[in-house]
Amino acid sequence: MILVIMTESALFIIFVIAYLFYIGKSLTPPYPHQLLEFPWLGSILLFGSSGTIMVAEYNLKKGLIGRFHLWWFITLACGIGFTTWTITEWLKLIYRDGLTISTNLFGSTFYSLVGLHASHVVVGAILLSAVLIASLRGRIQHRHHEHIEIISWYWHFVDCVWAVVVTVVYIISVRS
Amino acid sequence: MANSTRTIDIGTAQAPARPGEERGTLTGWLQDLVFTVDHKKLGLMYIGTGWLFFVLAGSMATFIRLQLAVPSNHVVTPQEFNGLITMHGTVMIFFVAMPFAFGFANYIVPLQIGARDMAFPRLNAFSFWVTFLGGCLLFMSYFCAPGLYDAGGPPQVGWFALAPLNSSAFSRGPSVDYWSLSLLVTGIGSITGGVNVMVTIFCYRCKGMTLYRMPLFVWMIVVTMFLVIMFIPPLTAAQIMLMLERLLGATFFDTQAGGSAILWQHFFWIFGHPEVYILVLPAFGIVSEVVPVFSRKPIFGYPAMVAASVVIGFISAGVWAHHMFTVGMSPFSTTFFAFSTLLIAIPTGIKIFNWLATMYGGKIRFEVPMLFCIGFLFQFLIAGLTGVMLGVAPFDWQLNDSYFVIAHFHYVIVGAIIFAVFAGTYYWYPKAFGRMLSKKLGLWHFWLFTIGFHLTFDPQHISGILGMPRRIYTYQPGRGWEIWNLISTIGVIFQGAAAVIFVFNMFWSYWKGKQAGEDPWDAWTLEWVTSSPPPEYNFEKLPEVLSRRPLWDLKHPDDPDWKYE
Amino acid sequence: MPGLSRRCARSRLFAIGVTVLSLLALPTALSGIAGAEDLPIHSIQNIFDPKSGPAETLYWLSILVLAICTGIFLVVGGLLTYAIIRYRRRGSHDDMEEPPQVYGSTAIELAWTVIPILIVVVLALVTARTIGELKGPLPIANNEELRIIGHRFWWEVRYPKYHVVTANEIHVPLNSRPEAAVTELTLESADVVHGFWVPQLNGKSWVVPNYRNTLWIKPYEAGIYLGNCTVICGDQHANMLIRVVVQNREDYNQWLENQQKPPVADPNVEKGRKEFVANSCGTCHSIEATAANGVFGPDLTHFMSRATLGAGVAPNDEDHLRAWLKDPQVLKPGCLMPNMKLEDKQVDEILAYLRTLK
Repeated sequence: MILVIMTESALFIIFVIAYLFYIGKSLTPPYPHQLLEFPWLGSILLFGSSGTIMVAEYNLKKGLIGRFHLWWFITLACGIGFTTWTITEWLKLIYRDGLTISTNLFGSTFYSLVGLHASHVVVGAILLSAVLIASLRGRIQHRHHEHIEIISWYWHFVDCVWAVVVTVVYIISVRS
Repeated sequence: MANSTRTIDIGTAQAPARPGEERGTLTGWLQDLVFTVDHKKLGLMYIGTGWLFFVLAGSMATFIRLQLAVPSNHVVTPQEFNGLITMHGTVMIFFVAMPFAFGFANYIVPLQIGARDMAFPRLNAFSFWVTFLGGCLLFMSYFCAPGLYDAGGPPQVGWFALAPLNSSAFSRGPSVDYWSLSLLVTGIGSITGGVNVMVTIFCYRCKGMTLYRMPLFVWMIVVTMFLVIMFIPPLTAAQIMLMLERLLGATFFDTQAGGSAILWQHFFWIFGHPEVYILVLPAFGIVSEVVPVFSRKPIFGYPAMVAASVVIGFISAGVWAHHMFTVGMSPFSTTFFAFSTLLIAIPTGIKIFNWLATMYGGKIRFEVPMLFCIGFLFQFLIAGLTGVMLGVAPFDWQLNDSYFVIAHFHYVIVGAIIFAVFAGTYYWYPKAFGRMLSKKLGLWHFWLFTIGFHLTFDPQHISGILGMPRRIYTYQPGRGWEIWNLISTIGVIFQGAAAVIFVFNMFWSYWKGKQAGEDPWDAWTLEWVTSSPPPEYNFEKLPEVLSRRPLWDLKHPDDPDWKYE
Repeated sequence: MPGLSRRCARSRLFAIGVTVLSLLALPTALSGIAGAEDLPIHSIQNIFDPKSGPAETLYWLSILVLAICTGIFLVVGGLLTYAIIRYRRRGSHDDMEEPPQVYGSTAIELAWTVIPILIVVVLALVTARTIGELKGPLPIANNEELRIIGHRFWWEVRYPKYHVVTANEIHVPLNSRPEAAVTELTLESADVVHGFWVPQLNGKSWVVPNYRNTLWIKPYEAGIYLGNCTVICGDQHANMLIRVVVQNREDYNQWLENQQKPPVADPNVEKGRKEFVANSCGTCHSIEATAANGVFGPDLTHFMSRATLGAGVAPNDEDHLRAWLKDPQVLKPGCLMPNMKLEDKQVDEILAYLRTLK
């Protein structure tokens, strides 16, 4: 999983570089400071889910499968919530503000970076669902906690990438 | 031959047939091919894929050289020519050299570290088939129907597909889409393969095999796969951006919208330079295995070799813009990348010296694998030196994008990498198939290919110096390029003949070759302990090692390596 | 070749015919198209035969680097050869025992690490100095400034100071005095990335859209220097040739004067001029003081002052011009001038008109 995280980081870095490089270079509006508001809801959901997944792991280690289910489900719900929030934000940007991937450099780099991240959240959600289903069928026991930990690393990675995206997109480019 | 008292009992029985599996029929053989997860079979499939695409891309090269043999020639149209050079480059790098690297890694690494298979055998099969699919996808471009303005057919943009030439404005039709997708897909295969190999090496080494007791081939593969994991994603990212641009109108490299054509170059070469190290490090590994065995001495300076390889891996991340010296970077950037390029020459040179020192004081046996390694050493030396010359940025301002550069990188890829692949094939074929490749045919192959290689690529240094740029489908007489191009084309005949002999040798020896036995070369690493071919499970009992050359210890119990390491 | 221009199908045969003619004509033509002053043509562009200040700097650097690398090759290659001969297995009696098993030597490793480091330091210093010299700030004022804009598949050449616009043939003044001003070329692109390379004058530079690069030359020998586009830009990348004419100051000024004049208005070719405009040639090409003001193709105001047509693909004589007008795709397949489907009479008239544009 460490290797997977390394390779995915390399992928994200290129999109981040593209985004940073093109800040301020769009020839036509709209521009970031006009359209973007700080993503409170999405960030709370996602960062919170990192916390809840840790609680779930802790419960699994202790053998409390019921609590594990609960907190794992909350994590998954947060992930789905984040995805929903992203969709609503994109709908607003596309239909109300007229920003698409082909509008200008901001549009291209924004949608590709945030979209890449969102796709990783979706993959993570699928992984989490698979674990949840397996667990509800009784297939996951205390002795699997190391395997679950590895999946949680992926989820924490997705969170870290979100932290980078928030910094680059919602803080740096809005201020520039 | 030295005495050998074997105490490792590895067994040679074949695994019993699984239910529903046929044996000995064509259907059974195909079933095995498609569903296998055995690293050895997958390794051979990777290598077979490499040779298949080598023949295809080599034919393309033949047409290129025929077109350029004389000035103002008409063998192919300009569009066909641009398609040929693009496909030749793309196929050779992604579907010949990469599969060779993964193929040898797949076959040899588990055997050399005393493991039964890769860490994730099914992922291994997935990686192979995805890589193969990528190749098929690229060739599908030949079948996409020509549309308006002759759009369609193979991509015609060169193997690194510069922006904005790669955009839909200048490359109409689906050709570049096929190119881009196929690289994206094959990149996924490479990355998953890389993860698999790394995990195998770090977690599945047999007892006693510390990292410092691994064969050098395995070390080279470690660095290679690290580069794969870190530097194929930039290619994937660039392809995603290109596809978004071509299909959804994104503006990453669209200069009309303020985008930067040079950014594509940066992204591509951030991948592209480590890529060439991904290709060459396994070749280093093969040479590091073959030269000691045929010089009858251990590799000189093992720790230095390991250190040099790791350093090469790290520095290779910081040299990419030496492909961009003429783009118009600031003097500061140009100087920085010239410095880093010159720096990487140092560990590379150290490796050559160590191979040389291994041969020095030995008893060199001129078997076919060793002949190819000697060719490798001379040619890689020259390739490295022309590389150093090109690394001096102002020199590159004259010779970038000229035939001098073409000569340089063909010296690396053909003169070094392909020669090493030949060496590895002659060396490990007996292990994989239980029979020796014919030495007589091997000698013909070696000499014909060497002569052909030099006839083709030595004159290209000169035509580059005389101002001949790359990727031109024709040239006018009077530029001083005619004689060099003609000689270059003549070399193709020799290389072609050598390739035919080689392919014939591989097939003929499968049925008629001399029986090899377990250890035909009197070598010292773990793969030579198994039967030839090894059973599906490799070792009945996993071995335990005490030094870098476990078989030397077995054969020389009075003078084992672990006393001196 | 009137016979060939009749009823030409877009057959390979015709293409081969015309090109064979060019082939035959070109060697003599190349030496013949010297321009009014009979300048020598430097068609062999050897980087080791510099004819300009920057190229000479690069020449000395190249010699140094080549010498160092040759030295390394001789030493290492020599040792390799020695090892192969001296330490070969000498028959089966040699298999009785293995040679001494030497594992390494720290001293030797150090030696062959330090020596390459020293060599690399030397090369790095020389590199840095040369980069500074060639890419650093230029001597001020009085430099000749040209704007060169790469198109698919021709070169637009502008002289902003003199309000001159031409194509493909770049005239520059001789700069043989050491303290003389240089000629600065600003390189821009109208479409994709191109490359500009005339080896005897300087190294090359990319020509990138939305990005400006500069090259400077200081040629000290009059003559005609050939060059190529070096970055694949499409079908006719091979025939995007460069022709730099280095002339002494008087000839250069004379050429500039001619370029600044309005086009010749010959009443005999009035019909041709009308055909030119009527067939929408003017939507791509410009001819000063006419309705033709297109910027997609080369400026034709002083078309006959150029020695070649099609960015060097053929000499600018009557036969080739006729063939070009009849169907440019035969001489330069894939170029962006389509077959205008002109009748022979129209071709004759336009031809007569164009040939007055001196």
